[in-house]
Amino acid sequence: MSEMIKITYREALKAGIREALTNDERVFLMGEDVGRYGGAFAVSKGLLQEFGEDRVMDVPLSESGFVGAGIGASLAGMKPIVEVMTVNFGLLPMDQIVNNAATMLHMSGGQINVPVVIRMSCGIGKQLAAQHSHSWEPLFAHIPGLVVLSVGTHEDARGMLHTALEHPDPVIIFEYTSMLNREAEIPADAGPMDISLAKVRREGKDISIITYGIGVHKSMEAAEKLAEQGIDAEVIDLRVLRPLDEKCFLESVVKTHRALLVEEAWGSINVSSEVSARIMEKAFFDLDAPVKRLGGVEVPIPYPLHLENASVPQVDDIVNAVIKILRP
Amino acid sequence: MTDFKMPSLGADMEAGTLVEWRKKPGDLLQPGDIIAEVDTQKGLIEIEVFEGGILDKYLIEVGDKVPVGTPMASLRPEGTTGVPAKEVKEQVHPIQEKEKPEEAQATEHSEKVNIPSKEKLSEEKSFKDKPSEETSSEEKLSEEKHRIKISPLARTIAEKNRLDLSGITGTGEGGAIIKADVEKAMAAKKEEKHEETLEKKIEEQVPERPVKEQKTTEPAAAGISPQESIRKAVAAAMSLSNREIPHYYLEKRIDMLKALTWLKETNQQREISARLMPAVLFIKAVAKAIDSAPALNAVWENGLQLKNEINIGFVVSLRSGGILVPAIKNADLKSTDEIMISLNDIIPRARAMRLRSSELSESTITLTSLGENGADKVFGVIYPPQVAIVGFGSIIDEPVVQKGMLAFRPVVHVTLAGDHRATDGLTGSRFLEALNNHLQNPETL
Amino acid sequence: MENQKNIEPQKAADLLYQMLLMRKFEEKSAELYTKEKIRGFLHLYIGEEAVATGVIQTLKPEDYILGTYREHAHALARGVDAGAIMAEMYGKQEGCSRGRGGSMHLFDKEKNFFGGNAIVSGHLPMATGMALASKKLKKGNITVCFFGEGAAAEGEFHEALNLASLWKVPVLFVCENNLYAMGTALRYSHSMQELEKKGQAYGIESAAVDGMDLLRVMEAATKAVDLVRSTGNPYLLVCNTYRFRAHSMFDAELYRDKAEVEEWKKRDPIPQFREYLLKENLINEEQIGEMEERLKQEIQKAVDFAEAGTWEPEEDLGKFVYTQNSAS
Repeated sequence: MSEMIKITYREALKAGIREALTNDERVFLMGEDVGRYGGAFAVSKGLLQEFGEDRVMDVPLSESGFVGAGIGASLAGMKPIVEVMTVNFGLLPMDQIVNNAATMLHMSGGQINVPVVIRMSCGIGKQLAAQHSHSWEPLFAHIPGLVVLSVGTHEDARGMLHTALEHPDPVIIFEYTSMLNREAEIPADAGPMDISLAKVRREGKDISIITYGIGVHKSMEAAEKLAEQGIDAEVIDLRVLRPLDEKCFLESVVKTHRALLVEEAWGSINVSSEVSARIMEKAFFDLDAPVKRLGGVEVPIPYPLHLENASVPQVDDIVNAVIKILRP
Repeated sequence: MTDFKMPSLGADMEAGTLVEWRKKPGDLLQPGDIIAEVDTQKGLIEIEVFEGGILDKYLIEVGDKVPVGTPMASLRPEGTTGVPAKEVKEQVHPIQEKEKPEEAQATEHSEKVNIPSKEKLSEEKSFKDKPSEETSSEEKLSEEKHRIKISPLARTIAEKNRLDLSGITGTGEGGAIIKADVEKAMAAKKEEKHEETLEKKIEEQVPERPVKEQKTTEPAAAGISPQESIRKAVAAAMSLSNREIPHYYLEKRIDMLKALTWLKETNQQREISARLMPAVLFIKAVAKAIDSAPALNAVWENGLQLKNEINIGFVVSLRSGGILVPAIKNADLKSTDEIMISLNDIIPRARAMRLRSSELSESTITLTSLGENGADKVFGVIYPPQVAIVGFGSIIDEPVVQKGMLAFRPVVHVTLAGDHRATDGLTGSRFLEALNNHLQNPETL
Repeated sequence: MENQKNIEPQKAADLLYQMLLMRKFEEKSAELYTKEKIRGFLHLYIGEEAVATGVIQTLKPEDYILGTYREHAHALARGVDAGAIMAEMYGKQEGCSRGRGGSMHLFDKEKNFFGGNAIVSGHLPMATGMALASKKLKKGNITVCFFGEGAAAEGEFHEALNLASLWKVPVLFVCENNLYAMGTALRYSHSMQELEKKGQAYGIESAAVDGMDLLRVMEAATKAVDLVRSTGNPYLLVCNTYRFRAHSMFDAELYRDKAEVEEWKKRDPIPQFREYLLKENLINEEQIGEMEERLKQEIQKAVDFAEAGTWEPEEDLGKFVYTQNSAS
């Protein structure tokens, strides 16, 4: 058992980037305000001073341009970490990501792979209103050719980047702004984390709560509350939104016979839709209750705090939904 | 001789209309020469030939709209002469042939394509289909009402165990049968089998045993409605009781303030469907009080036979008259929540007369509770071969002397009717005293 | 025609052959398209051959080339096998992109030929990124990116030029101004039609050249390439040219006069160059006759290769989406 250290999600992310820059000369970080400003959320603070401006590059506000340049640099032998400040600006380089990064390998008949890593912070919180509160993981998870990761834990914040940089294909990493200041314990020697598997964050026998990102924490909290009422919930962190590790959640559902799918993205056509469909297709005869989903309410996210809170599933919503499934 | 065909200029081009010939029969064609002009949905396009030769004959006329790939003209190699006129005549293009009769009917004969419009066809079809679709969906709906709602998992288990679903009450969403219901039914089935063989033995000894007649899962005797047969069974059982069992009666008034307060508190934290009724406390308290008077949990069959299991028969009055007394098995081992679940299960099934015979035959003591707005006291008739019945009147407010002061308290009058062949008043009294103690400590129930 | 005497006879013959190969190859492609051997979009370069020929002959094998969807000629000039290109357009697995790309997506990694990019202007940021990688890795090679004048109206053009200039990376942007973005004439798509000035606005050295004249293109390209290679800075070369054929195959050309096309055809780069060579005694009629025979054979060989090609089995459909399952 290795020694545990207390660390914030922000520090974990930074440690991952710092390690990548240290270990491989071909790695460089590029993004808006990643250098002199220290990162919009202070994730890369101090890295410019440590590694110099060739390795930590501030770029102009031209997401299509610099994401495309990151893709190009990866074609020509570099290992770029491209930071799109937030997913809210993620539609500007969408053409680059979908039409170039995700297609190149296929269009070239397997000749040209695109080993680029694109980080985006995302999630709701802090009353940022409609244009700055997007949960667009499902948009990216829709695209074949991309690997889409959701960083729901501190260990993953520390270790997913390392493995993403080793991946030969484009990897999109979603980080959660609202978790940046959150502290948690991770092993002092925490290292690379796999980027292909979903993980059981809490074992239980009565129901499978399948979620990702910030939903992991809400679901864990809900599971504790449910335990007080004698309900033993299993919590699955999908981690990899594409390609989905269906084996993990199917096994869980086969065990518990019930599933609640939780995410902040708008309710229709989100990641849960896909998870639900796969449960129907592959675990139907093991279901003892209809699969239920808790997703974001389908409105542009409003500014006032109480309405903002009401637009995405909260801990109590998860608790109530589980009870309703188990004790109809 | 080669044919020059309507070229395909895009995946979305299906046909072209010949607007003008740029070359005439006998002309020498070089690769790249424009042979004709063709109208498409994107406008006029000049079409070129990729092979040289002499234009021998037109195969379609100006104004014809033909699909891609249709021969438009025949070409012969340079230096050859034309085919004999006779041969040419016979060379009629199939598409034109097809088109002729239609053209004759058409008033305007210009833009006519020989491709049936798929969209139109399907559109007409779907309109036609609509009414019939509606009826079929209505049918489906009515079918739906008869369908047994069951979870996929429960269905799989039921099918594996060849379990009849019709007798199972679902406790899942919308009354769907879930795994737990099926498992319960299976357990019951097992017991039933066991019980039935046992019953048969007893039956042989006691041929007039009335319980047998109450079995609702078996079809009633010809010409007799279920209600009638139940009435008859109750009549037979009660007559037997009155004839054979020497009853003694005891009564105790029990203060219900603590029990009701506790109920109120616990129910406040519960969903409506999970709230407890006072009857749950009565059942649990009776089950626990039997500890102090085990002889009351027994049957009188060739002498007193004590029972290990405490199965409390709960009297359910049927709206159509008559009573059924399904058992709450192992009530001493069940939590109040579980007893509530059992009640929710058996009461509606009793009213629907969907009880299993084992549920009706395995009681070891009977409890009758009049509920709200009923009589203040009830003196029961023992259900043979049992030896005791506990009666709970309505909970009512009565003046009570407490610490020398007069106070109004909710109380319940509890009676015990015992079989004097089996027990005496002292046993009964001990039982009622224990019952009182348990109801004063509701949180421990 | 530029009176440029210092061209070697062999080189002159090679260049003529190159342009004739492009022309005949595409004429054959058009024929095969009408016969439904080739499907999808087919954009012909006929009329513009001097540009690809003139620019690409100045490059080194290690230089990167990115093209548009009108790129058959560029692939041929780069030395991608004509048979592999034809097979690609047939959709056969012997094609240069294993048939996965078709006419618009020709790739050959060995030849440093990076497509075949069919989202107008989408490849410009990648070109900047590839040049950035060359700079960071001190490779010494340059990146050449072809695009039409239509692309210069896209935001990505401006982002890519700004980044290239800001980062000072060795990329040559070659604008093939054929006056029509599909059917929209230059005057309807650009507020300022001297396109080379757009480069100057970003501090990029820029020039315009008559793209119908091979020798002038060669001269301008040589200057540009030398500059990019020696300074490591970007360059914008605008080649004013004209396409004689439709935008793609199914195009009624409602947007331009036939007379205009005829007028431009008088400046056809191929006869122009041929007449020049004959006049300068750099080639004779007999040699041209031989050349045409060779061309015929090369093209027939390409068609035969494509015809003999095989279809990729449907079971392989899922290949080339991720590197992991792309082994052939």
